[in-house]
Amino acid sequence: MAIGWYLTVSAIIFCIGAGGVLVRRNPLVILLCLELMLNGANLSLVAFARMWGGEDGQIFALIVMVVAACEVTVGLGIVVAMYRRRLPFDVDELHELQG
Amino acid sequence: MSAVLFFIAAIGAITGAIGVVLLRNPFYSVLALAVHLVSLAALFLLLRAEFVAAAQVVVYAGAVMVLYVFVVAYVGGGEQLASGAVLRVLGPLFALALAVELCIAMLGAGLKGVSSRGAPFIPGFGTPRHIGQLFLTQYLFPFEAASVLLLVAAMGAVVLARRRRGLEAEEQTAFRIEAPRPAYTGTMAEAAGVRPRAGDEPLTPEVEPVGTTTHDATRQQGGW
Repeated sequence: MAIGWYLTVSAIIFCIGAGGVLVRRNPLVILLCLELMLNGANLSLVAFARMWGGEDGQIFALIVMVVAACEVTVGLGIVVAMYRRRLPFDVDELHELQG
Repeated sequence: MSAVLFFIAAIGAITGAIGVVLLRNPFYSVLALAVHLVSLAALFLLLRAEFVAAAQVVVYAGAVMVLYVFVVAYVGGGEQLASGAVLRVLGPLFALALAVELCIAMLGAGLKGVSSRGAPFIPGFGTPRHIGQLFLTQYLFPFEAASVLLLVAAMGAVVLARRRRGLEAEEQTAFRIEAPRPAYTGTMAEAAGVRPRAGDEPLTPEVEPVGTTTHDATRQQGGW
């Protein structure tokens, strides 16, 4: 398969994630859509690594995975804190980041 | 063969991504993301990135998904929120425009490398041995920075999600039931054989069970 196919798939996945971040209001689902966007970027990075025959792109993809795991951990911690404080699960109502 | 595998994996990945966005229940969204991640790992394998594919399955589809499932089960799903009218129309339009723009930028750029089948076969490309060598020689600083970042994120999650003192007291008083049950109604204290203490006044059971003696020593006390 030519590399362009992989890049097209990665672009589609990224755009689905971006649309999901805009449309959904539940913070849990917004975190999932962020994962989608990062995965689309990962796919294009690995495709470029395959294209040039170097492993640097794969290293970059692994670092992106680590950052995504950190983001999920902190984000889910915030979600659990929101649940404890009985705040509404709606990002439109949570526009003030106060402690 | 690789073309067939590519199309199966790509359709799986895109279907999973659409499912994440469109499904109403967050639990089903998490399951759709798992499908998406496994399909993406297959795509990574087709691109000869073995280690990245393995890390994708183990770290993402394993650890991160378990974290998501636990949080969804703890918080509870059932979101029936409709997004705002403006964003509901503009969001998909923006995503479509972005997709078209990205495809034009990448495929219409005229780069010769993009339209090719990639570099020739290199033995050991993408194996853990090569990746590990790169991580410990050329990319040592990003490797260490990633470890520090993981530590910071773990501590941050503990601080964010810990149980706060004031809230704990509120929750406990909210769930406490202030009425003791009468004796001989199957309380846990009776089952454990608790005798009345010296300071307590002996409780007389309201209904005397048939065939039991009513000595003070055998008289049971009601408990919680």
